[in-house]
Amino acid sequence: MDILIVLEDNNGKIHRMGLESIAAAQKMANDLGLSMGALVMGKNGDALAEQASGFNVGEVIKVNNKLLSSYSSDGYAEAVKQVIEQENPTYVLFGHSYQVRDYAPRVSAKLMKPFLVDNVAMNTEGGNVVFTKQMFNAKLFSDITPVSDGPYLVSFQSAAFSSENAVSGSASVREATVNLDASMIKTESEEPFQEEAGGVDLTSAEIIVSIGRGIGKEENIPLAETLAQALGGELAASRPVVDAGWLPAAHQIGSSGQSVSPQMYLALGISGAIQHVVGMKGSKNIVAINKDPEAPIFEIADYGVVGDVLEIIPKLVESLKGD
Amino acid sequence: MKIAVLVKQVPGAESPLPIHSNQKWVDEDAVAYVMNESDNYALEEALQIKEANSEGEVVVISLGPDRIQKVIREALAKGADRAIHIQIDTVGAIDPLATASHFADALKEENFDLIFSGLQSDDFGMAQTGVIIGEMLGMATASLVMAIETGGGKIKVKRELEAGWFQWVSLSLPASLTIQSGLNTPRYPSLKGIMGAKKKEIKVVTPNPVEANQSLEKIYVPHSDKQTVMIEGSVDQMVEKLIHTFRNDIKVL
Ligand SMILES: Cc1cc2nc3c(=O)[nH]c(=O)nc-3n(C[C@H](O)[C@H](O)[C@H](O)COP(=O)(O)OP(=O)(O)OC[C@H]3O[C@@H](n4cnc5c(N)ncnc54)[C@H](O)[C@@H]3O)c2cc1C
Ligand SMILES: Nc1ncnc2c1ncn2[C@@H]1O[C@H](COP(=O)(O)O)[C@@H](O)[C@H]1O
Repeated sequence: MDILIVLEDNNGKIHRMGLESIAAAQKMANDLGLSMGALVMGKNGDALAEQASGFNVGEVIKVNNKLLSSYSSDGYAEAVKQVIEQENPTYVLFGHSYQVRDYAPRVSAKLMKPFLVDNVAMNTEGGNVVFTKQMFNAKLFSDITPVSDGPYLVSFQSAAFSSENAVSGSASVREATVNLDASMIKTESEEPFQEEAGGVDLTSAEIIVSIGRGIGKEENIPLAETLAQALGGELAASRPVVDAGWLPAAHQIGSSGQSVSPQMYLALGISGAIQHVVGMKGSKNIVAINKDPEAPIFEIADYGVVGDVLEIIPKLVESLKGD
Repeated sequence: MKIAVLVKQVPGAESPLPIHSNQKWVDEDAVAYVMNESDNYALEEALQIKEANSEGEVVVISLGPDRIQKVIREALAKGADRAIHIQIDTVGAIDPLATASHFADALKEENFDLIFSGLQSDDFGMAQTGVIIGEMLGMATASLVMAIETGGGKIKVKRELEAGWFQWVSLSLPASLTIQSGLNTPRYPSLKGIMGAKKKEIKVVTPNPVEANQSLEKIYVPHSDKQTVMIEGSVDQMVEKLIHTFRNDIKVL
């Protein structure tokens, strides 16, 4: 096959980003006249194969191996490498999930073939595929092409393709074997766990006042709190604010925090990096205040203010209280 | 423990990023550089491990042109013992396989127990350099590390998973770990540290050239289709218009 889609398990379901990669692969296959196949593995391999066979993915390859029943970077990297060697695809597509970050670079190193990561778009004009990736924390975009012969590993950023565009169909399922040895696996994983949310549930808030590094220093947090209160909303934050210890982790919005969709998301001094944006882009109205007119947050904001939050917040509070 | 820490010099969050006229890179002369954020946390973690065990060595290693000696000095001032500078022009040299192989070459003879790097660089954002190095050197790897426990020839790390989930993973040594921001509070260099850094060794090495596996064709400012209503005027006018928008357009007041 020409395009191998590597699907990830999310508790017995195909990970959302896997469905997005199916959509990406289908577009690539259509535009370039290429054939496809989807790879599933792990303890839920049967369930995933069943789900994958309901899509127009050419065929489904299922790898059954007890050393893959739980995830390890050693096991998964080696298994995917072996399947690539057996199937010899030109493109290997992944969603840019945390798991893919963890092992796919090792596949690249084992094969000495490039891994073009975290793409937001691809252009297939003229038969050459050009991938577009964000650089400089989303402030600039770059077009990147693989050099030398394939296979090329490629991952797409969350929501670069819509899972709703994944065309259904009926694909046959085939088993493939990989040779793994327990001694290859140098890690031992415990059960995943969630940290206490600390009584903060931002998911039901109608108004969220969210602060980023632009808030400047810890002493300014009460100012933002007052604004949240004056608006009758909840206070949230980007990662650097939590990393600095200015607010507890339960307030973090983004790929490693909560995902919210309030009526209004007021982003104060937040640049708009993708890992933050995935957690709030579903908001009905996004209002951004940032002193940098080029900040990527303005690309997704419904309303924008170019200005200093430290000047604007006190005046907002004053006006709201005066009402 | 002998720990290598990869420290990259990247444009600061507020640095201008004018695109060079050839559209191949930014105009580096206009850029204000800082230490990559997650690398700063990685360095702090290495220094804390060394201090807790009151033995071992922390070696910083960085790849790039001469300008990067500034972050190398900063890392030495914070307490790293010595440094390796892989001297190479990085303009347009974005291929992580090539970058990682230079690091692997420079590190392999030294037999490090641990290699720390940031989970992602703020400029390229390839999110893979440290993991590739681990594979190249036959080490165990773990990414997105949020806590580290050492002891008994093994280490145990807390890895960040998606959406607020975590997992503890034990690894055999040697291991290459990519560090997520927020796991400690990075220190500032002391005056004594800054003075002391001047005397510490920076070994400069020139790498063997390697073929790139991916290349940057063009860099540009993104444009979006979204229509953003910009609220303008003096601060007072903007505040007034914002309240009006909250009340009449978004209807939250
Ligand atoms: C795997 C991974 C997971 C991550 N998970 C998350 C996550 O869950 N949530 C998250 O938020 N991030 C996450 N990040 C980090 C993310 O990539 C960004 O680094 C982060 O979101 C940036 O936060 P920020 O916008 O507050 O800071 P910065 O990017 O530093 O932006 C600060 C902004 O404030 C503006 N500003 C400064 N001063 C003022 C002022 N006085 N008035 C107005 N504006 C001002 C600046 O112009 C700038 O745009 C993750 C990263 C990775 C790699
Ligand atoms: N040129 C470099 N110099 C020093 N460290 C680097 C360099 N390139 C990558 N790294 C390290 O690898 C990490 C991940 O980078 P990247 O794979 O580009 O996202 C960074 O956070 C650094 O720790």
